Amino acid sequence: MSATGIGAAVRRKEDQRFVTGKGHYTDDVSRPGQCHAYFLRSPHAHAKIKNIDSEAAAAMPGVLAVLTGADLAADKIGNLICGWMITSKDGSQMKMAPHPAIAHGKANYVGDPVAVVVAETLPQAKDAAEKVKVDYDLLPALCDPAKAQDQGAPQIHEVAPRNTIYQWHLGDAKAVEAAFKTARHVTKLDFINNRLVPNAIEPRAAIGEYDAGSESLTLWNTTQNPHVARLVMSAFVGLAPEHKLRVIAPDVGGGFGSKIFIYPEEVVCLWAARKIGRPIKWVAERSEAFLTDAHGRDHVTHAEMAFDPDGKVTGLRVKTVANLGAYMSTFSSSVPTYLYGTLLSGQYEIPAIYCEVDAVYTNTVPVDAYRGAGRPEATFVVERLIEVGGRQMGVDPADLRQKNFIKTFPHQTPVIMIYDAGDYHASLKKALELADYAGLAKRKRESVRHDKLRGIGFSTYIEACGIAPSQAVGSLGCGVGLWESAEVRVNPTGTVEVLTGCHQHGQGHETTFAQVVSERLGIPLENVSVVHGDTDKVQFGMGTYGSRSGAVGISAIVKALDKIEAKAKKVAAHMLEAAEGDIVFEDGKFTVAGTDKSAAWGEVALNAYIAHKFAGQELEPGLKEGAFYDPTNFTFPAGCHICEVEVDPQTGESEIVAWTAVDDFGTVVNPMIVEGQVHGGIAQGVGQALLEGAIYDKDGQLVTGSLMDYCMPRAQDLPALKVEMTKTAAPSNPLGIKGCGEAGAIAAPVAVINAITDAIGTEDLPMPATPQAVWRALQKANDRRTAA
Amino acid sequence: MYAFTQHRPATVRQAASLLTKQEEAKLLAGGHTLIPTMKLRLAGPKHLVDLSKVEGLSGIEMKGRSLVVGAMTTHVEVETSPIMKESIPALAGLAGKIGDPAVRHRGTIGGSIANNDPNADYPAAVLGLGATIITNKRRIHADEFFKGLFETALEDDEIITKVQFPKVNKAAYVKFPNPASRYALVGVFVSKRSSEIRVVVTGAGANGVFRVTTFEEALKKRFGPKSIEGLTVPADGMASDIHGSAEYRAHLVGVLARRAVAAAA
Repeated sequence: MSATGIGAAVRRKEDQRFVTGKGHYTDDVSRPGQCHAYFLRSPHAHAKIKNIDSEAAAAMPGVLAVLTGADLAADKIGNLICGWMITSKDGSQMKMAPHPAIAHGKANYVGDPVAVVVAETLPQAKDAAEKVKVDYDLLPALCDPAKAQDQGAPQIHEVAPRNTIYQWHLGDAKAVEAAFKTARHVTKLDFINNRLVPNAIEPRAAIGEYDAGSESLTLWNTTQNPHVARLVMSAFVGLAPEHKLRVIAPDVGGGFGSKIFIYPEEVVCLWAARKIGRPIKWVAERSEAFLTDAHGRDHVTHAEMAFDPDGKVTGLRVKTVANLGAYMSTFSSSVPTYLYGTLLSGQYEIPAIYCEVDAVYTNTVPVDAYRGAGRPEATFVVERLIEVGGRQMGVDPADLRQKNFIKTFPHQTPVIMIYDAGDYHASLKKALELADYAGLAKRKRESVRHDKLRGIGFSTYIEACGIAPSQAVGSLGCGVGLWESAEVRVNPTGTVEVLTGCHQHGQGHETTFAQVVSERLGIPLENVSVVHGDTDKVQFGMGTYGSRSGAVGISAIVKALDKIEAKAKKVAAHMLEAAEGDIVFEDGKFTVAGTDKSAAWGEVALNAYIAHKFAGQELEPGLKEGAFYDPTNFTFPAGCHICEVEVDPQTGESEIVAWTAVDDFGTVVNPMIVEGQVHGGIAQGVGQALLEGAIYDKDGQLVTGSLMDYCMPRAQDLPALKVEMTKTAAPSNPLGIKGCGEAGAIAAPVAVINAITDAIGTEDLPMPATPQAVWRALQKANDRRTAA
Repeated sequence: MYAFTQHRPATVRQAASLLTKQEEAKLLAGGHTLIPTMKLRLAGPKHLVDLSKVEGLSGIEMKGRSLVVGAMTTHVEVETSPIMKESIPALAGLAGKIGDPAVRHRGTIGGSIANNDPNADYPAAVLGLGATIITNKRRIHADEFFKGLFETALEDDEIITKVQFPKVNKAAYVKFPNPASRYALVGVFVSKRSSEIRVVVTGAGANGVFRVTTFEEALKKRFGPKSIEGLTVPADGMASDIHGSAEYRAHLVGVLARRAVAAAA
């Protein structure tokens, strides 16, 4: 390992500009002649739009245009789409309802745009928006996914009777039936995986600009995948041909999934920019982010696990209703299906699994991927069942897990996935030691002495990352391939630009990707720059989500570096007058094997460009190579998280007093960044478990519409985290990288809930486990005891 | 935010005159409630009368047996004041638990109690210590000052200039913060001054800050947590929202009162 190469904890190159205010975000961009858009949004969850009178608004000072869904339709602007086709168990295709960028005829959630006002200044646009008269005809609202399929429930979209988008299933129902028939013990649980508001620190923003000279559009946008945004807006929405549309995603301040999707506002900014001939900027306010960013999770689940007399899991069945909100967001359909059902085997050898998922429309903002996307929900199901099963059978939860661990690889689960490598025993063992599991009983007694209840909770989670093999996802309904591209451009002076189709919005790619290049070419880290986030610079790419940038994005870079090395060796062979096969490249130096003849990296780079040592017929000048890397399998990061809590039974407050995380991410490029990812993921998972929950009232108003009511985790909510790693390399990619971005958010929620329920001695506890929820659970348990 | 005119009077008299003369005028005394509300266009005063340049409105001084706190004194000044920490540490501690550092450096005691947010901390201390609110017109005892949700005894052109806190023998404030906003979901302030005992609750009451006389009576016999063991307040009359039902709030009043008494005793 070199000082800045793979495995080195080098400081992040990008942080200097971020922490000194020199980052360049979408809102920092100002275009000549720029004007401002303000979206008038439906205050009603479900309402017919009978009429929109914008005459008075249009006459207000500074107003350039007031546009509605009718204008959008008149210009034949296409609807937003969901790009993953899910087929129901009866063979029918999912029921995708039209999603116009501005509601036309009917508004379907509070926040649905009904008009856009474009004005010289933002206050002018807001003033004018107050003068737009919208005549609504209110319809009954539907917000509870559990009631969406009820007879008589409000019908949201014509194409989806009983609001049902699909009824999907996976696994072998008969085999599961048989397993439950012969089970010694069955554990049954009902729970809600609570709905979350992503809340990236930078709100969404867009600037649309039209250049009449070249008849082309440019969009500056807070997106995690600029090329996919361009593809959708070109091929489906029809804003411009792909070669006439440029999407730039400059510095982006966090995404967590919420910036993967194609949103109405960016479509409208582009469309309106061409219409009025001026660049248009829109920046979401925090309140708008709450109302309109795609939310996460929101599952209602019943799950059962069957055990044999030895405590071996013999079957698992799961029935989930997934709330997808008012419209199908870009990848929404895949989250509660192929990112959820396929992970229900956890780390365990489970012979039979059957999972049914009904996805439903409700009058709430669309729900789509959010850090972990389906996998936290799956982990919650499996890890809750095994924990509670252990408690019910009187088996130590660590022992029960070990008994059921998959021990040989590759392992084919009953739910599609082939786990290729892992050592679940190693991570559990290390975590038990670090958490001092042996000393738990003593600590529990100490807690009782100061009127507290102590509990411990495990989460031996698995996830599927490195998303994803294109052929595999294609066969499951995905509309795109999920490979990644890279281009390595060596300059004549030997410095390097790496172009990647991944996009960084907090991950530190500018550092980690450079580390891989630095090690491979033996050049200093500062001689490498990483270029991303601009469709005019990077030819194509699939963006960043699903912990894919290391496993897929870096693999593409490695593939391009292979080509660079091969070409550079040819150049060196000509320079050193040796046979190509005799050239050895090591530590940034080309040598002729068995001689002292050598050429430095910089000399070879220069020679590639001056081309004095070879004729054009022998070798092309230049040193630039590109590669597309398509993974052959998902990667399977896994590990063990142990959470220890103290509960104050009088107030219901839970304090996390210790956290141990032992993760297997395969090869780690930068352990400091990985540790940071684990910290952030745990914080988000703790947020879901203890603090966060989006609540819509019965009329469809978002009650938790601001940070005054929606609680994000703070530093004080977390203890010092013990983060360690074990390693089994991922066999499917050249460096053995598995991915780490989502692990914490996947592992954490269930570890917290397992810990609190252990402390309070009752399993009936919702998320978020607020003090009130824990107090109520204790009250209920007390009442039950009294009644008995 | 709607357009408005900002005035920066130099004296209380000028400020009062602006309040009377200008239509739809509001005092600005920290602005941590008013400014966010204006940004959301939920409030749109035409005139803001900024008290930050008025001489003599801030500072803490001992006058006889009372601590006098200027209305424009920030929370952080109360929190860190040596004389406050020495004389009424419970009040210094309360100020240190308000909001976050940004709020504590801009927010003022006068602004807080004039706003009388039912979840704010200061009303608990003002009523819990039996303080006197001094305005440009008169002196108002705390018992007469708080009139319900966001309502006070203040008249339209009346400006708080000082709050006078009597020194007490014992006092403590225990706060159970709303996890999101950090306002008090329930906060209980207790004090003992010779024979006068006060138990005051903020955050929980459906009608704002209130005294719990049953607790006060019980504590008169002996000022210790055991004296109020098992006592509760009725859930009827408590506020209820997504963060805490009336039952939960009523329960917390009992728990926090015992903890406050234990801390003060």
